[in-house]
Amino acid sequence: MADVEPQVTTEPAEPQSRHVVYCGVCTLPPEYCEYGGTVKKCQEWLQKNHPDMYQRIWSQEALEAATSSLSLEAQKRAEKDAKKKAAKAEAAEKKEADKIAHSIVTIKRIERNKRKYVTAVSGLEAFGLDLKKVAKDFGKKFATGSSVTKVPSGGEEIVVQGDVSDEIEEFLLEKYKDIPEDNIELVDDKKAKKAAAAAAGGG
Amino acid sequence: MFKKDLTPSPKQKLKSSIQRQLRNSLLAGYPLLAPYIDEVLPKKASLCQVKLPDRASLYVLDTPGSPPLFYQHENGAPLLPHLKLVHRFPRAFPTIRIDRGAIRFVLSGATLMAPGLTSPGGRLPEPRDGQEEGVDGEGHWSRELKKGEPVVIMAEGKEEACAVGVLVAGTEEVKKNGKGPVVEDAHFLGDGLWKLTLD
Repeated sequence: MADVEPQVTTEPAEPQSRHVVYCGVCTLPPEYCEYGGTVKKCQEWLQKNHPDMYQRIWSQEALEAATSSLSLEAQKRAEKDAKKKAAKAEAAEKKEADKIAHSIVTIKRIERNKRKYVTAVSGLEAFGLDLKKVAKDFGKKFATGSSVTKVPSGGEEIVVQGDVSDEIEEFLLEKYKDIPEDNIELVDDKKAKKAAAAAAGGG
Repeated sequence: MFKKDLTPSPKQKLKSSIQRQLRNSLLAGYPLLAPYIDEVLPKKASLCQVKLPDRASLYVLDTPGSPPLFYQHENGAPLLPHLKLVHRFPRAFPTIRIDRGAIRFVLSGATLMAPGLTSPGGRLPEPRDGQEEGVDGEGHWSRELKKGEPVVIMAEGKEEACAVGVLVAGTEEVKKNGKGPVVEDAHFLGDGLWKLTLD
């Protein structure tokens, strides 16, 4: 009943829009996947999700029909071009994966005053996250102040008020699945801060 | 135009008078869209503008998750449909077709040149008398298009459109000369505007 009703109300007498399937890998309509550079992956995706379409687009006859209209030379050139593009896309992907594997998120607990702490999170930008948005999320989640601040060595970090280092780790792992657990590092900055303060006081 | 990836800027709600204006200019520019207009722009939903670099702007509906509708290079320039809209209403826009060899160049942002249209795989409009505007079985549009008119570019052997742009040469001229640029700075599949995600 429930899913019949809205249909009645929303169905106008006019022609409806078409629903177009887009490739889950390269976002183009599947028939254009061959120009995307991630052909292999697109094919796998299509075969899994829309087998009927896969049959239509990548069947032997369809491919033959597609290439027969081109001259031999043009075919060769197109093939070379496609290969180059694929290689480029692959290289970019590898680089990205490499970068993610090597970048580390540091969660630092800094003593601000005897029993008061702030938590600084750095290295999130390597995972393609928008620091400003993440900071807002932290603030909402922990109901504390949370801001993006510049660090003297260049770059930015998120500073959250209060000692929430463990919670942040949990939250990050849960919300942003592409951050591996091993890449999160917890640091306690108590001593370093004290030493620095002492040094500053001494000097 | 949108070869590089774009970063989305916040949506801005438009005044209802501007919304009405846009709706009217849409209907004036694309008479064939008239039967669909209530589906493209439902009366209740309000329209938002997203500003893009180079004074271009994109129009989307207010409802979250709705696909982008139209874009415009600068104020006063013709409204051009976003490709996702073209895919939803393929019969509402004037089209030309390119041959297979040209697809890969168009999809990497090249200017569309005349030979890709005049070759056997391409389709240019063929005027017909006494018929409604639209495509015939062969893919020819029913009316010659003039310079400056927006056009949707289909591709040989493909069902979906691959680019949208403004003609820099009338179709008659293209037929006569058979060379030179036809559509410059198009919005094509996989460009920055296509990849733009709005939240």
